[in-house]
Amino acid sequence: MELLTYISENWPLIMEKVLEHLSLSVTAVLLACLLGIPVGFLIVNNKRLAKVVINIANIIQTIPSLALFAFAMPIFGIGSKPAIFALFLYALLPIIKNTLIGIRNVNPATIKAAKGMGMSKFQIMFNIEVPLAISVIMGGVRIATVTCIGITTIATLIAAGGLGDLIYQGLGMYNVEMILTGAIFSALLALAADFILGIGEKLLTSKGIVKED
Amino acid sequence: MIKLENVSKSYDGITNVVENLSLTIAEGELIVLVGESGCGKTTTMEMINRLNEPTRGDILIDDINIKDLDKNSLRKNVGYVIQNVGLFPHKTIEENISTVPRMCKKNKHEISDKVKELFKVIELPYEEYAHRYPRELSGGQQQRVGVARALANDPDIILMDEPFSALDPITREQLQEELLRLQDELNKTIVFVTHDIDEAIKIGDKIAVMQDGKIVQYDTPENILKTPVNEFVEEFVGKDRLWKTPEMLSAKDVMLDPIVEIGPNRSVAQAIEVMKKRKMTVLAIVDSTAKKPHKLLGLVGANRFYGIFDNSIKMKDIMKTELNKIPSDMPLNEVMELRTEKKIHTSAVVDENDGLIGFITDTSILNVLNEIMPESEDY
Repeated sequence: MELLTYISENWPLIMEKVLEHLSLSVTAVLLACLLGIPVGFLIVNNKRLAKVVINIANIIQTIPSLALFAFAMPIFGIGSKPAIFALFLYALLPIIKNTLIGIRNVNPATIKAAKGMGMSKFQIMFNIEVPLAISVIMGGVRIATVTCIGITTIATLIAAGGLGDLIYQGLGMYNVEMILTGAIFSALLALAADFILGIGEKLLTSKGIVKED
Repeated sequence: MIKLENVSKSYDGITNVVENLSLTIAEGELIVLVGESGCGKTTTMEMINRLNEPTRGDILIDDINIKDLDKNSLRKNVGYVIQNVGLFPHKTIEENISTVPRMCKKNKHEISDKVKELFKVIELPYEEYAHRYPRELSGGQQQRVGVARALANDPDIILMDEPFSALDPITREQLQEELLRLQDELNKTIVFVTHDIDEAIKIGDKIAVMQDGKIVQYDTPENILKTPVNEFVEEFVGKDRLWKTPEMLSAKDVMLDPIVEIGPNRSVAQAIEVMKKRKMTVLAIVDSTAKKPHKLLGLVGANRFYGIFDNSIKMKDIMKTELNKIPSDMPLNEVMELRTEKKIHTSAVVDENDGLIGFITDTSILNVLNEIMPESEDY
């Protein structure tokens, strides 16, 4: 009950934190899409390069998030910039990897048929590969988004704001309601984002494709 | 007309997948490239729409070197059907079929008319199938759509790379029939690749048997079956092939050619003499004044001589003139039917001018069947 009272009394603050949280994660994921998806397409035909890129992204993924925020600070100072940068790096791996997998899973016969019908490389990419890989690519975006929303809670430590503020302040003051509010809302945010992206994925995927779960 | 001139292809610069291959494909012909896997048949076909570029040599379509054409516009004008169908799974059947005309930015009405026409050609109801997706169709239906898609831009040439090999035997047979029907109607130049010699024989106007990147024999199915140029071809088409496809045998393949001929003015005594000497019971009466093959006038069997002692009776007086002459190109099964129906044991085989060129007897048929019969166990 006290939790509900806290939430209703602090609604404007909570919403502000939710928006901050969202803008950090979404900006990072969008940037990662802008870079990651084209990179995926560019390296798909070069196995060695693909391996190198995936390895780099893997290494980034293994760096603890707090450490990555710390690394970003000397370059970008404190605030949202280093946070977005670090989140962006985290989002890259699932997006590049899923783009690669998505394109590689396109039946070679389909590509060959398209080529034999006189489609240019670009036409093949936009008319065949993207639509066929879109559900897998979207899967990567979903994973990246959920991960980023989770990690953004730590971004409070480099003064980037977000729901982490509530959790850490709550911890400092031993205010359980505050802690729980931060935790619950970040979890809800992740669930909601995943749900919405799931709908987007469905809308973008042709009815002709059955997704294998 | 498609002309491949001394075409070679090497992927590694050392071994040639296709070696110095020349091939002329006449307009409206359905030719089949057949051979074991790795013989270069697909590579050869793919050089025609430049999915593969020849290392050496030239390919001409209607006397234009395809090197001088833009790759993609060449491909838009050469229909292409592949083994695993290659339909676009995310597009509806209608979208799939209209792919190339849409790429060529043809008029929308024109495209929609063409698509509807093609639905008729492949015998799928437009209303029911136009808006379905490939996965909702059976394998056979999908491949029909694949063929329709290849026809959509009205290409003169169609390349087909093992299009039916993934289908079950019954569907495959159906689609082969349909392809033949389509070919009769549309008269396209078709290059068809398969490893299945049965299929090649069934559908090809001509067959090019390939081995190690070369064409070993390029001829009609009949000639390849009857006169394979070497052991490889013989082995490949199978020694028992004629046994399985008796319709490929014609009268001239089963006839005996040492014929005992005798003139119309010979007497009975003379005829009996000839019969004894040559151990024959039937003689052919021919007009021996002209040059060979002599025109057949009638047949005389030994039974006709019973009770004739008058030596002035000539062959022309007693010969049987109502004959069931068999044209030399009559298929064996028709010959057999005719023989059964008319209860004939000895029939004369004639050329187009009624010239006698051979005999078919029960023995000659048995001999041929024995020759082409697959090697069987000893009894």
